[in-house]
Amino acid sequence: MKQQSRLEEILKAGSLEEILGTAVPYPKEIELRGEITEDVIREISRIKNEPEWMLRHRLKALELFKKLPMPRWVVGIEELDLESFSLYSKPEVSNEIKDWDDLPENIRKTFERLNIPEIEKRFLSGLTAVFDSESVYSQLKEEFEKKGIIMVPMEEAVQRYPDLVKRYFGRVFPPGEHKFSALHHALWSGGAFVYIPKGVRVPFPIEAFFVIGSALEGQFEHTLLIADEGSYVHFIEGCSAPMYKGFSFHDGMVEIYAHRNATVKFTTIQNWSRNVINFNNKRAIIEENAYVEWIEGSIGSHITYTYPSSVLKGEGARTAQYVVSLSNGQYLKDTGAKTWHLAPNTSSKIVSKSISANGGINIYRGLVRILKGAKNSTATVSCDSLILDEESKAYTYPHNQSDEPSASIIHEATTGKLGEDKLFYMNSRGISEEEAKSLIVLGFISEILEGLPFEYVEVLKKVIELEFSEVGGVG
Amino acid sequence: MVMLMLKVENLHVNVAEKEILRGVDFELASGELHVVMGPNGSGKSTLALTIAGHPRYTVTKGRIIFDGEEVTRAKPEERARKGIFLSFQHPVEVEGVKVINFFQRTLKNLRGIEEVEAYDMIFKAVEELGFEGSMLSRELNVGFSGGERKKLEMLQAYLVKPKLLILDEPDSGVDVDSLKVIAGVIARLHKEGTGILLITHYGRILEYLNPQRVHVLKEGRLVVSGGMELVKLIEEKGFAAVNGDETAVKA
Ligand SMILES: Nc1ncnc2c1ncn2[C@@H]1O[C@H](COP(=O)(O)OP(=O)(O)OP(=O)(O)O)[C@@H](O)[C@H]1O
Ligand SMILES: [Mg+2]
Repeated sequence: MKQQSRLEEILKAGSLEEILGTAVPYPKEIELRGEITEDVIREISRIKNEPEWMLRHRLKALELFKKLPMPRWVVGIEELDLESFSLYSKPEVSNEIKDWDDLPENIRKTFERLNIPEIEKRFLSGLTAVFDSESVYSQLKEEFEKKGIIMVPMEEAVQRYPDLVKRYFGRVFPPGEHKFSALHHALWSGGAFVYIPKGVRVPFPIEAFFVIGSALEGQFEHTLLIADEGSYVHFIEGCSAPMYKGFSFHDGMVEIYAHRNATVKFTTIQNWSRNVINFNNKRAIIEENAYVEWIEGSIGSHITYTYPSSVLKGEGARTAQYVVSLSNGQYLKDTGAKTWHLAPNTSSKIVSKSISANGGINIYRGLVRILKGAKNSTATVSCDSLILDEESKAYTYPHNQSDEPSASIIHEATTGKLGEDKLFYMNSRGISEEEAKSLIVLGFISEILEGLPFEYVEVLKKVIELEFSEVGGVG
Repeated sequence: MVMLMLKVENLHVNVAEKEILRGVDFELASGELHVVMGPNGSGKSTLALTIAGHPRYTVTKGRIIFDGEEVTRAKPEERARKGIFLSFQHPVEVEGVKVINFFQRTLKNLRGIEEVEAYDMIFKAVEELGFEGSMLSRELNVGFSGGERKKLEMLQAYLVKPKLLILDEPDSGVDVDSLKVIAGVIARLHKEGTGILLITHYGRILEYLNPQRVHVLKEGRLVVSGGMELVKLIEEKGFAAVNGDETAVKA
């Protein structure tokens, strides 16, 4: 296809792909391609041995997908021929994976290159690893299982906890929102189901790690996190893919339900290779006095659309949405956050920091709505753009609307540039252009780094240094 | 034999298509301290920035030789690594970058000192010079007063201990007590063998120092070079009193 080859032209191998190495071929059991038909959906559902209600849910979503128009905010997506993607791809792994050693060597190696098993051992309460369309590994440390915490692949939850799943699945982020949420619900596969019982605090983060193993593949993982009253959890999501020739498509979803007094931190570090087109559908419903904090770090991918959203449903509910987007090279990040204030005394804070370099484009698209009756609610939005050179761009499209006279929305926006004099000052102290850029970028996002666990800050620092190093990035 | 540290040969420099330096020649031997004076807009900062390698200043003719090597086209960070350090007339604000982290990086790149050791060195230096330690945790030059910026430049020069230190008005906007400290640092570096090119408008700072030579720059040319008597003449009679054709003061 002509369009595709034009896109491919601007895709160059980057440093991150170098760390990951090139794709390792691995045997696939089943691969569905072609048109998205009812038969395709039925086949996925049959392979997963799903109950009737989930199949119906998928089919309804498929109907919606066909009816819904392409969202107007989507740019560049016409270059994506959905039907050329492999819509479901199950890696060949046995069903009982209790240890990394149970995984086929090539899949295990992919995760090892990312240092995932090591991080799990040292630092996490639990981990789910998704390869292509399936969760290939899911382990919760025993002590946490005993407390009634559930962390299982989404498919397993459908089988084992149908009542819980039915109560929340697709209720936080329904299929009918837009074309891509419908597509997601029709094709979802893999992902994690997490339930934290009342009053339980999970001391270390839980992580899910997603890898797309081959080109022309779609990944539609679904994560559902329920934090019952007064509980606490920090969930970290990492995404990666080795380098391929063709495009891959990611249309994942995260649904969070934070019950009264619960605290959920949800951190995403997205580092897809530069040929992944990445859609995210993320939303939390936040009950009385509960708190949800999103940290959305978008580094990789060709195009990313992500807007973590918070629905402040109960009185005194709070949220913070930190969005960091780096477009280094001819890539696009269309990111932002959405917040709805539905109840009195709710508060929200959006902090967006975008970095554009080497022709990169960032778009901030945000929404804050305070509904009538959400008395004394407050919202602050701060939107900072850092532009590192003349070829790069940043745009902001904030939409703030309050229908409640006693509520307030504060909006601030800044644009910083790395001017010649600033760069020269740093150069004259022996700091090269590449180093200067990574120092400035790390400084720019330091406020957000402070909220992350040490291990991740170290990894991120490395990633950003590599992005701007002479060998890496696109520079 | 005296070793040459810096040699500027027939230097012509353009900024925005305009010729600012129009044939500057001078030599600075190892360990010497030279003073450059001249009216506003005469090209003193242009000379300093050109030697340090600012990309906006285009050398159209002539050469800069440092430590026996031509550096006319070298990148600024390469010149810094060779031992040239410029203390700016107007240090810029670098948002987001903490002073301490910046200094650590500088020490690593210019002197090969590892982070932890650098950290101790920096705090010790702040104490020695009697500066506020709290400024180290602020963002580089952000919101710093003019005088504070000058002190921060001095602190960096003191830490880096360059072979050649170019000081562009280190004494402007600085209070009397700080002036003493700044002059003290310059004197100390000079004693330790650093070659110094000092741009100033005032004789005051020179009372603490022992310059070998004074150059006067007017309209992009060094019109006179001589001793301390030139400073006195300028302070009393202004720049009109010093002209290249006045043999009385010619070098
Ligand atoms: N970017 C620029 N564009 C146009 N003119 C410039 C630029 N930079 C410097 N100049 C001009 O070059 C001339 C020399 O400037 P320079 O800063 O070197 O003077 P100076 O001798 O350091 O003056 P001062 O004593 O005021 O610091 C001035 O006329 C100045 O306006
Ligand atoms: Mg000047």
